[in-house]
Amino acid sequence: MPLSTQSQTEGDNYVLVASLDNVRNLSNILKAITFKDHAIFNATPNGLKVTVEDSKCLQANAFIQAEIFQEFTIKEDSVGFQVNLTVLLDCPTIFGGSTVPGVATALRMCYNGYGYPLTLFLEEGGVVTVCKVNTQEPEEPIDFEFCSTNVTNKVILQSESLKEAFSELDMTSEVLQITMSPSQPYFRLSTFGNSGNAHYDYPKDSDMMELFQCTKTQTRYKMSLLKPSTKALALSCKVSVRTDSRGFLSLQYLVRNDDGQICFVEYYCCPDEEVEEE
Amino acid sequence: MKFRAKIIDVGCLNHFTRVVNTISKLTKTCILRLTPNNLYFVLSGKVASGGVGMWCELSQANFFDEYQLEGVAPDANEICLEVTPENLSRALRTSQNAKCVKIKLTKKHCPCLTLVAELPTLSSVSRVVTHDIPVDVIPRRLWHDFKEPRMPDFDVSIYLPPLKTMKNVVDRMKNLSNFLVMEANLNGEMNLKIETDLVSVTTHFKDLGNPPWGDDGSQGRSRSRDPEVMAHTRVDIRKLQQFLMGQQVNPSKAMCNIVHKRIIHLILLHEDVSLQYFIPAVA
Repeated sequence: MPLSTQSQTEGDNYVLVASLDNVRNLSNILKAITFKDHAIFNATPNGLKVTVEDSKCLQANAFIQAEIFQEFTIKEDSVGFQVNLTVLLDCPTIFGGSTVPGVATALRMCYNGYGYPLTLFLEEGGVVTVCKVNTQEPEEPIDFEFCSTNVTNKVILQSESLKEAFSELDMTSEVLQITMSPSQPYFRLSTFGNSGNAHYDYPKDSDMMELFQCTKTQTRYKMSLLKPSTKALALSCKVSVRTDSRGFLSLQYLVRNDDGQICFVEYYCCPDEEVEEE
Repeated sequence: MKFRAKIIDVGCLNHFTRVVNTISKLTKTCILRLTPNNLYFVLSGKVASGGVGMWCELSQANFFDEYQLEGVAPDANEICLEVTPENLSRALRTSQNAKCVKIKLTKKHCPCLTLVAELPTLSSVSRVVTHDIPVDVIPRRLWHDFKEPRMPDFDVSIYLPPLKTMKNVVDRMKNLSNFLVMEANLNGEMNLKIETDLVSVTTHFKDLGNPPWGDDGSQGRSRSRDPEVMAHTRVDIRKLQQFLMGQQVNPSKAMCNIVHKRIIHLILLHEDVSLQYFIPAVA
């Protein structure tokens, strides 16, 4: 079956077409949320949202606005599908994934609609690779009902400061405890592992702290759920940490891609146990 | 049976080392045929090597300054040995800066290829390093297994894309599937394809060019062929990956003959070395 890469007739049937001169502007941010095999893609005229969930307690979302793409055409208000993200991410590096400056793999991503595979056309140096990844019916992402009116604590930090802490987190601790308070220790990350307890303190007047609005709370989250967020933290330059009256955690990461454009990744996590607000 | 040879040129020594390194990456053991004019590294394409065949031919005059051979008999002036190329590779690695490297067939506790390297030192006295590489002598009655393979009656012959690009693509495809389909046509187009339940990936190479084989019998099948139609063969991806991993030097010519659904025949030509590699089809 002859396979034309920019077929006119096939082009008419696409409900979603998104193009990038540099596929890394998509693949890098998706790698930051690949802790489970399956991802829910949702495209709207605003751009692309990719969601990965774990055991109904953790949700990661990556947002890539339409403006990031060199071309972003969508024929419906909302286009959704589910794919195996691990398999999908094997494709952008098909030419070796080198980071030689000036050499980039270009991407044209096309979707014909329900029942069709997601087709990636990848091109580098005149060679074209066509990947067709099977799609499934998208599950409905959980709505964590996190809204700004219920936010009880908000902290915005430069990622640098958290990166060290997250890379050193004691993985023998089952939980990560986050303490926020208008008085000392202000913002503290704690672990309780085999070798003892560890605390990372971030004073509110530190250079790294851009915003500090806290009431007093102390909540614990399962370490296994939060550990994957380290990937998003590593890519980001800024992070906002918010908790609401239920103890739900929202981490929002500001990520700059290869071209300096801004994308967002957010993580929502349920608390491990309710702790009374003092 | 007698064999003595000497390399004194450092360029020849490096070149010979690179060839042996390539062979050692392709196979654990192989046959080394020594004839008055050439050396051959051979895999016979039997089940033992996974059906893969290899024929690497070196013109001895381009490597050795001295070369003396006395074969098993006057009418069979050649020697056939089974060797482990990695052992030869290792020995050559320690001889990198040698003033002179001698290779000879000896009998220690078993037949050996003995490599003697004279290494330069600050004083006038050289340091000598000797390696005894055990080999098996292949008796004459088995020689018919290691003859030069016939050029298969191929359906399509095509120049290969840059080996580095092929290697990158095949490496990634190996993550997704154990089998790969290689297809090509007489319009200079080649595709590498894998397909699983989850994903299908096809890499398209264009404008590769097709070698102009002469009007001999081997082009018989392809002479009247529709240039658009692809000949394809499905192979174990690891065998193709192994072939691509071993290539250290860019060849002056690299091409591939495909016998539809039967075999992939890869040919690399360097100035004084030719390498042919046969990968059989899998169902």
